[in-house]
Amino acid sequence: MSLRKFKAQTWHAWPPPEAPHWNLGALLAMLVVGGALAASWHIAEIEPSLLFGEQGRRHIGAFLTGLFPPDLSLPFLRLLIVPTIETMQIAITGTVLAIMVGFPLGLLATDRLWFAGIIYEMEGEASGWRRKVRYSVYLMARMLLNLCRSIPDVVWALMFVRVVGLGPFPGVLAIGVSYGGMLGKIYAEILENSHEGPIEALHAAGVGKFGLLVYGFLPQACTSLVSYSLYRWECAIRSAAILGLVGAGGLGQQLEISMRMFQYHETSTILIIVFVLVTAVDHLSSWVRKAL
Amino acid sequence: MYKLEHVGKVFADGTVAVHNVTLDIQAGECVAVIGPSGAGKTTLFRLLNATLLPTSGCLWFDGANLVSLSGRHLRRLRRGIGTVYQQHNLVLQLRVIHNVLAGRLGRWSLPKALFSLVSPQERGLALRALEQVGIPEKLYTRTAHLSGGQQQRVAIARALVQDPDVILADEPVSSVDPTLGRTILELLLHLAETHHKTLVANLHAVSFALDLFPRVIGFRQGSVVFDLPSAAVDDATMADLYAGTATTPVLSEST
Repeated sequence: MSLRKFKAQTWHAWPPPEAPHWNLGALLAMLVVGGALAASWHIAEIEPSLLFGEQGRRHIGAFLTGLFPPDLSLPFLRLLIVPTIETMQIAITGTVLAIMVGFPLGLLATDRLWFAGIIYEMEGEASGWRRKVRYSVYLMARMLLNLCRSIPDVVWALMFVRVVGLGPFPGVLAIGVSYGGMLGKIYAEILENSHEGPIEALHAAGVGKFGLLVYGFLPQACTSLVSYSLYRWECAIRSAAILGLVGAGGLGQQLEISMRMFQYHETSTILIIVFVLVTAVDHLSSWVRKAL
Repeated sequence: MYKLEHVGKVFADGTVAVHNVTLDIQAGECVAVIGPSGAGKTTLFRLLNATLLPTSGCLWFDGANLVSLSGRHLRRLRRGIGTVYQQHNLVLQLRVIHNVLAGRLGRWSLPKALFSLVSPQERGLALRALEQVGIPEKLYTRTAHLSGGQQQRVAIARALVQDPDVILADEPVSSVDPTLGRTILELLLHLAETHHKTLVANLHAVSFALDLFPRVIGFRQGSVVFDLPSAAVDDATMADLYAGTATTPVLSEST
């Protein structure tokens, strides 16, 4: 009985909340997004009739019916064995290379290892120029990582094909460089998110920077570092399949040939293989992550 | 052991955390620092263990002026100061043995430190330290699986293995229940006595300070209010220390 009474009382005790005012920020954001959309619609020459018009429909139909049935004939499958293995190899070697590029750069790009946080609290004015040196190294590492990953892997592949010729090697290099950029940035972010407490304790016990890294930062970050690297390996399989389109070996090369020859039933076989590979790696890496 | 002369710490945002502190702590002394929360006790401890640089005054540890040291010398000096924290500050992902051996890291070479993660070095030392804090069976347990009190014991074992001249304990028992808190403090005092270490503890519970420590320092708004033998601390002194603050002295914890 008292509960209802209490509710009634509280209802009267406080005035109802005021109706919200116009949120000008949200309104402005909507206008900006709407305007940008309208402008890009025009600039990107979007023409729905091309896609859904009579001719477009005919092409879509031809393509879709061409995909079925997938070509599962033994000679064709046998032809795909080597490119499939090659794609896997490009992805694995590329990811390993990316880790080798990204890990050291990621360490250099971790502010708490070079000038920020508890380790540098005691740094006096006297060491100002050293701090500046470390800060510039940090900035250069960040810029290098940005450069590596702002250029798409396909563009890297095109460049490396020019340099080292056709085949899987330019694909490995392309994945190594562009994924190295992504890994390095995320590695740095993961390391910067370590708990400060254990780092402070080790630092206060006279442990040097390498000790802090090996006993403080890395054990805390280990799980995230491994699971993000695995995730990138998954993405690398997809990339490796695409890179063949520009001459960097693997399944992509077969994909390109089949599309150019209008052999869509071969295209669908290759797509199925890519799908199976990515799914398999997805399961494998989620299993590893759970085991960590 | 410690000699502070007009030590002050003003943070970059203008907060005065420690103001004009003059103190003398002899080797082998056991000192408790008490005072309301927000008094700057933790900042004082960070000055004492050489993780913060005073903005004014002089701070000598073992005859060396902390303010003038840098790099390698500062690291060597830090080895001589072991700190036990309220939040334990252990790496939870590592096994207990590695957290204990982390106390040796200041003396180990990098290859030895790396190899120890694969095959722990100086196991005997780690085991003896854990025996002294009463949990030798946890040597290879993952630290995250321990209770708060056990983690605090591991943190103390880490300080023991470090073999410092001074043990600083910053609110070492605030995160465990009072009974356990008393046990852990008695353990710290016992270890300090048997190993001839200086012990400075920052305590929230006044009764622990008065019961267990021979010397008590009252700290308020960044300054020393009193510095007395615990027998000389009376109700008026305590009331003065906590006057006008929201916190009242925690007296009832020593059950």
